[in-house]
Amino acid sequence: MKIINGLLATLLMLAFTATPALAQTSPTPMADLMRSEGRIYVVIAVMLTILGGLLLYLVRLDRKISKLEKE
Amino acid sequence: MKKKWWKILSAVLLVYTIVAGLLGPVPALPLLQETIRNLYFHVCMWFAMMILFTVSVVYAIKYLRSLDLRHDIYARQFAVTAMLLGVLGYATGAIWASYTWADPNKPLLNSFSTIARDPKLIGAAIALLVYSAYLILRDAISDIDKRARISAVYNIFAYAILFPAIWILPRILPSLHPGNDGNPALDVKNDISASMRVVFYPAVIGWTLLGVWIATLKIRFQLITDKKLIS
Repeated sequence: MKIINGLLATLLMLAFTATPALAQTSPTPMADLMRSEGRIYVVIAVMLTILGGLLLYLVRLDRKISKLEKE
Repeated sequence: MKKKWWKILSAVLLVYTIVAGLLGPVPALPLLQETIRNLYFHVCMWFAMMILFTVSVVYAIKYLRSLDLRHDIYARQFAVTAMLLGVLGYATGAIWASYTWADPNKPLLNSFSTIARDPKLIGAAIALLVYSAYLILRDAISDIDKRARISAVYNIFAYAILFPAIWILPRILPSLHPGNDGNPALDVKNDISASMRVVFYPAVIGWTLLGVWIATLKIRFQLITDKKLIS
């Protein structure tokens, strides 16, 4: 637990200290995948999330109806 | 969940549609540009709609041959799901047309009145309205057997209107909507490019299976609620 707490504390500290630094260096292009190619991957992530949500909803509905059918 | 494999196939194909559909190479055409990727979503709605309406009319005929109320439930729920896909196809088409057909130099209402006159749009609207009359007709009849019989006959009539309204009528009149010559989307040589076909065909299957999944859920629910009537 102590290790995890310590890790969390360092992460939080990093997060707070990193934000202003990132804001200053914003004009430089970022190498990260989600920010490449006009950030199209962000659109893909959003669409996949919506699709995942809809499919999850259908699966749950399917299970519920299966349960009703057994009764 | 009964018979899972095609539901998983549908999910896999739709994930593939979104990832490959947005990342895959597409030809840069004037006016269309990146919006050509809508082919994987807008056109698939209509394909899935046509397939589900076909399934619905098959069950309507089956009902008339057997007078089994189960077939009536199948026909109704497939028609409703197909209508949902049709409405989504119409709505996505409206967005797409606003940014490709509409003249940005004219006031919005002016260009809207030109677009709204397009025969393909009017045909699609006629088809969807004919099918909404199907639901109204059904609900207006309280006798179960009479309702099933009349709506099955009307379903066949609506299906006979559907294809002339969305395919034949727009070919006779001049239309802005693409896909009026030959076999649109199915002509391997002259139509959509090879890089798009590898996404488009799986996308059609994926969306159709999703529609079938929704329809079967509705059917199974209706069968539970109407258990006493059927047995």
